[in-house]
Amino acid sequence: MSVTGKIWALHLGVLVMLAVAQAVLPAYHANNLARIMVLAVFAMGYNIAFGYTGLLSLGHALFFGFGMYGMGLAVWQVEWTFFPAVVLGLLAGGASAAAVGMLALRTAGVSFMIVTLMFAQAGYLTVLYFNQYTGGDQGFAVEAFARQVFGYDLAQDTPRAVAAFVLFAVALVLNLVLVRSRFGRVMAAMRENEERSRMLGYDVFHVKLRVMVISGLYAGAAGAAFGVLFGYVGANFATVQYSILPMLYVLMGGAGVVLGPLLGAVVMFYLIDIASGLTSAHLLVVGVALVVLVLFAPRGLLGMVRERWLPWLP
Amino acid sequence: MTTNDLTGQGPSRRMVLTGMGAGLLASAAMPAVVWAQGAPIKLGFQLHRTGIGAAYGHWYERTAQAALKVVNDAGGIAGRPVEIIFEDDGTDPARGAEVVDKLVNQHGVDMVFGPLFSHVVMGSAPRAGELKVPYLVCSEGYHVASGALNRWTLQPGITDVRSQIASMAPWVAANLGKKVTMVYPDYAFGYDHRDFFTAAIAAQGGEVIAQIAIPPTETTFTRYLPQIPAETEVLYHVMVGPAVLTFVKELGEFYGTGPKPQLFGFIDSLEAVDFATPGLEFLEGTHFWEAHNRVKQADAGEFETAYRAAVGVDDNGASVSDAADVATYSHMFSVWETLFVIKAGIEASGYAGPADRQKFVEALEAMTDMPLSAEHPQGAKRFNGKTHQVFGVQNISQVQGGKLMRVHQTTIEDGLYDDAVDYTTMAF
Repeated sequence: MSVTGKIWALHLGVLVMLAVAQAVLPAYHANNLARIMVLAVFAMGYNIAFGYTGLLSLGHALFFGFGMYGMGLAVWQVEWTFFPAVVLGLLAGGASAAAVGMLALRTAGVSFMIVTLMFAQAGYLTVLYFNQYTGGDQGFAVEAFARQVFGYDLAQDTPRAVAAFVLFAVALVLNLVLVRSRFGRVMAAMRENEERSRMLGYDVFHVKLRVMVISGLYAGAAGAAFGVLFGYVGANFATVQYSILPMLYVLMGGAGVVLGPLLGAVVMFYLIDIASGLTSAHLLVVGVALVVLVLFAPRGLLGMVRERWLPWLP
Repeated sequence: MTTNDLTGQGPSRRMVLTGMGAGLLASAAMPAVVWAQGAPIKLGFQLHRTGIGAAYGHWYERTAQAALKVVNDAGGIAGRPVEIIFEDDGTDPARGAEVVDKLVNQHGVDMVFGPLFSHVVMGSAPRAGELKVPYLVCSEGYHVASGALNRWTLQPGITDVRSQIASMAPWVAANLGKKVTMVYPDYAFGYDHRDFFTAAIAAQGGEVIAQIAIPPTETTFTRYLPQIPAETEVLYHVMVGPAVLTFVKELGEFYGTGPKPQLFGFIDSLEAVDFATPGLEFLEGTHFWEAHNRVKQADAGEFETAYRAAVGVDDNGASVSDAADVATYSHMFSVWETLFVIKAGIEASGYAGPADRQKFVEALEAMTDMPLSAEHPQGAKRFNGKTHQVFGVQNISQVQGGKLMRVHQTTIEDGLYDDAVDYTTMAF
């Protein structure tokens, strides 16, 4: 089988496995899987910026939050239905990333991290400040009429699982196509050697800005989907924690590997779920796991797999 | 002590034989008793064990365990033993929804109760509604009675903040002053106080002359204190979290030994905090709202005494085993009372299993008056089935010699307000 054949077989196989898992897992784990797939879409967006292009952002909570509030406020304040509200969330994520990118991409490295973090914090505080319009720290429940799609109620487990799966599948395929495209190789060139890319004639700023917008669209889609699928929009999703989570998923699963965010999200989700049942110091367990990871698999789980066994893994 | 104890004589032969007979009868009947008990009723507790609500979570868990022991020692609920399964939500709304899911779908609980923080309730209630599982919150937020949630979410154990504020405003206006400056955290909890108190004091002929919102990121307050107008008669403060100690200390430094307005605060600011903490001397003589008096009052009755003993709280409101471990006394009674409301609801509805969850909610909606009792040690309550909210008495206490002593108690009627929602008309 050609490398392309292997790549598509693997990724489509993963999608089939996820679909089967959704059908056979007990309700609690099937619902967790729906959450994980939406969060993995968020992390995929992060991976496009960080794993493939080398943009270490601490501001992705802003894009996720824009997606969630774009969808949620359209429903709450102007009573938009599912499709226009979710599309607005998607576009809000992309637009916020474009705006932040225009300013933050004038910096690099640690400065880029700090500037993106500042924007995200400003976004979080803005949600609190405009409490009467955003629901502030309490947030608000997404009304039932916006959770209806093609006659199905997203408050029900099966339609929600299908919706999460469709979102994840589309995001995964687009991600795969993107990183294997010519532009995907330019992204990798930026990560590996920005100066050489510039010397070869690439406009570094515009490439990175496009990457930020794509990453923001992923985050916005995930934010809107999380809000509408699970019925709640809250300021908590705009805190710095939601900038760090996708980074942890990517680091755990493997930066610069398409399936890395999914694996990272699964491992981190269940690490927290199981550890919190055993000890109140569950974040310590997560911390120890990350230290072990850095010591023994610094490129993440799938990064290690690629290094040792599957060099063709995209 | 009996005569036999005094004389050292053993029991008579007749007594031994009677006892053996009774024992045989009891052992023969035992399998029937065990069978009648059936499978345990499993209650899920959404616990703030970690995160910003951990101080509350610690005491909520302790109160739940104490109430559980009392319930099981008295024969359980509807003759069935009761179990509580605790799951930590990290005081996080996203995790809160997952915990509701986990309790219901993995642990198979009959219903869920216990969360305090409003954002966790808001984030979790939609999932409870989707799962069609009763979700009984101990939060004091106005979110239930406002109509923002769903038919499966109820607050039968603690009065909401709107009612608390409305019931105390008349006393504040009559006894402390009518020109009020409010200092509150710049987020939803603070806005509830701002909006409801401003309206309530206006109804008493008073006026809020300044509203000072403090961003949650602030760690020092010196630049806000000069904003307090000189003509302020009452300074109403509801700062929350670790910053409250700094706030009070800086307030003391700001006014020094000179004249100062009357201070009125919500005990939320100082739950789990010892009034003997250095820096809090400035609060001597000031007033606080308390739902449940932390310090055992002189008129405390048998129910209060029994509740305190069961939970393990001393007369000063601290753990009997550690005087530095101060209870969240004004909130944690809601856990105790909610468990007994669950008991009453299950027994009234004939609840036998998850298929009867709707009947259980309907039984709760039919509840009205709950008298002061061992089940309701904080005081009498009145439940409004339409708004899913309970109303109770409130206390205003003054710091006297470093201890909170009650100076006024409101009535249930003082805190009633017009219904904003009728959940009973909503579909399940």
